Amino acid sequence: MTATPAAALLRVRDLKTYFVTEHGRGTARAVDEVSFDLYPGETLGIVGESGCGKTVTSLSILRLVPEPPGHILPGSLIEFEGRNLLALAPPELRSIRGNQIAMIFQEPMTSLNPVFTVGDQIAEAAIIHQRLSRRAARARAIEMLKLVGIPDPEQRVDDYPHQMSGGMRQRVMIAMALICHPKVLIADEPTTALDVTIQAQILELLDRLQHELGMAVLLITHDLGVVAGHTDRVVVMYAGRVVETASTTELFEHPTHPYTEGLLAAVPRVDTPRSRLHAIPGQVPAATAWPTGCRFHPRCPYAWEKCVAQEPPLLDAGGGEGEGGRHTARCWLVTEPERRQAKR
Amino acid sequence: MTAPPAPPPVAAPLVDVRDLVKHYAAERRWFGLGRPRPPVRAVDGVSFTIPSGRTLGLVGESGSGKTTVGRTMLRLQEATGGRVLFEGRDVFALDSRALRALRRRMQIVFQDPYSSLNPRMTVQETLREPLEIHGLAGTVAALLDEVGLDAVFAKRYPHELSGGQRQRVGIARALSVEPQFIVCDEPVSALDVSVQAQVLNLLADLQARRRLTYLFIAHDLAVVRHIADDVAVMYLGKIVERAPAAEIYALPRHPYTRALLSAVPEPDPKAKKSRIVLSGDVPSPATPPPGCPFHPRCPHPLKSERCRTEVPPLREVPAGSGHLAACHYGEQPMK
Repeated sequence: MTATPAAALLRVRDLKTYFVTEHGRGTARAVDEVSFDLYPGETLGIVGESGCGKTVTSLSILRLVPEPPGHILPGSLIEFEGRNLLALAPPELRSIRGNQIAMIFQEPMTSLNPVFTVGDQIAEAAIIHQRLSRRAARARAIEMLKLVGIPDPEQRVDDYPHQMSGGMRQRVMIAMALICHPKVLIADEPTTALDVTIQAQILELLDRLQHELGMAVLLITHDLGVVAGHTDRVVVMYAGRVVETASTTELFEHPTHPYTEGLLAAVPRVDTPRSRLHAIPGQVPAATAWPTGCRFHPRCPYAWEKCVAQEPPLLDAGGGEGEGGRHTARCWLVTEPERRQAKR
Repeated sequence: MTAPPAPPPVAAPLVDVRDLVKHYAAERRWFGLGRPRPPVRAVDGVSFTIPSGRTLGLVGESGSGKTTVGRTMLRLQEATGGRVLFEGRDVFALDSRALRALRRRMQIVFQDPYSSLNPRMTVQETLREPLEIHGLAGTVAALLDEVGLDAVFAKRYPHELSGGQRQRVGIARALSVEPQFIVCDEPVSALDVSVQAQVLNLLADLQARRRLTYLFIAHDLAVVRHIADDVAVMYLGKIVERAPAAEIYALPRHPYTRALLSAVPEPDPKAKKSRIVLSGDVPSPATPPPGCPFHPRCPHPLKSERCRTEVPPLREVPAGSGHLAACHYGEQPMK
């Protein structure tokens, strides 16, 4: 579980990743002053909808954002075991990337190279980072395939990606990411492209491997159901900002930001009878033109003048002092809770 | 027309699908050598009816054949066998003129609002085309209003719209010819949760206002719960369970339905339900397993030799209940 008193393994502070758009339409502030900590052994969920900046955040950590058009602004800090990843020279960064911090992506189809066997691709990281011989690396690859639950690993190690199903390919991606026993695994929508029964298999596998290997997981997802079942703490993002942070149980029991509240109410559930769903009106604004004040105010049922004029900071929402750390929300309602009651 | 406000419960179905089959011939091997490969049985004997004004949710995972069912019903693809009756008329027997007339009554909304709109046509052009082809009096403005889009969108191109807005245009295009029946093929699965709720509510409103009949195809059982009156679950080209929605969610009688339901991630950290994680992958529809097609993955404790050899028919369990399940052990469903 979470270990708040321990030192954070990964500290992200005031991360700003901007993109220069074509045709001079301005700067897309995709990630705008994002901060969070990841502690050893925990799973931290980053949840939000398309365009909220969750994927750019995860790519920024490993400096995988293409530059240009993207750039991480000075003043941003990504600290891993005391070292600022943003200040490392490329060879030093490479010794961490794929070795101590590994990543799995959403598309198991496009993230694997179609012209190499899965065994070669899994073994590559071990050859590079751990200087294993080809023979030893192949044996490790077979071991990893066994670990991620692929039947007949001795045969499947010589398969090409197209010979495998989507679920199998995602298992291969996980095997690739974990072969060097990373301390941090970044999983960006690892099950979004998969069927629900296969998703259940992969999430269970990730839970088991985390337990066995003791790594910290940063789970990026749009799915609140996945967050509820597989994370210890949650960061909710909207329009490039962190809008709420809390332990998972606290967040689902006391969602404080109106966006979190609306998102939870919008999720269709199998355990409630047919009913009208709560919809959040409007659309996510464009990253080149975030609204003034609170970026959620045009869609917020509670918004008043202050929300239009002045952006709230992350405020202490109370009720989350124990395990899992503070509960914070970027919303003026925290200071004027009676307005929420009045609306209801 | 002076239709009664509420349809009698035993009204003749608007849509009647009988033993629908769609096989895709396998590619020939090089120079026609070797044994021919078996055809892919995408849809393998599917039957259901949808009463007027109701919604049937058709649920299944990738490759289950659910999309092919919708497309063959509208003759966007020709079926290999079976019949589809629309208001009692055999859709597969129509000549091209009669088919065109029927297409006014049956429409489809596609999954991907990005690829199903012509990128070179403005919203107005997209919506006006069907009105002109069928000589209808409707207006683009009225259609946009009905799907909750401001009139300014008429002049826009698809790339200027968000996913939710595009899907509203797709729905407006389907509505333009005043259909009675719409196949909704994963209409919300490409959308974000907050927008998905908007579009689902819109579909429900339109159904109430226009007395539409829907075949709602989806992989997400939670979404289907919020729109469907009846639910059919497909696996490897066959319906394995069909029942009124309330029943199938309360007491699924096929172990596959049970597993699908338990695999839906619930947005509740305290919901420690008994999760059934199926092992293995879906087999290829070209070489389905003998006996019950689900038996290699089936977690049912009563699974027996019979499941490996004997295909379970889709039957009423219990008799007379209207709840159909294709499981030898439907009377003793998994908990």
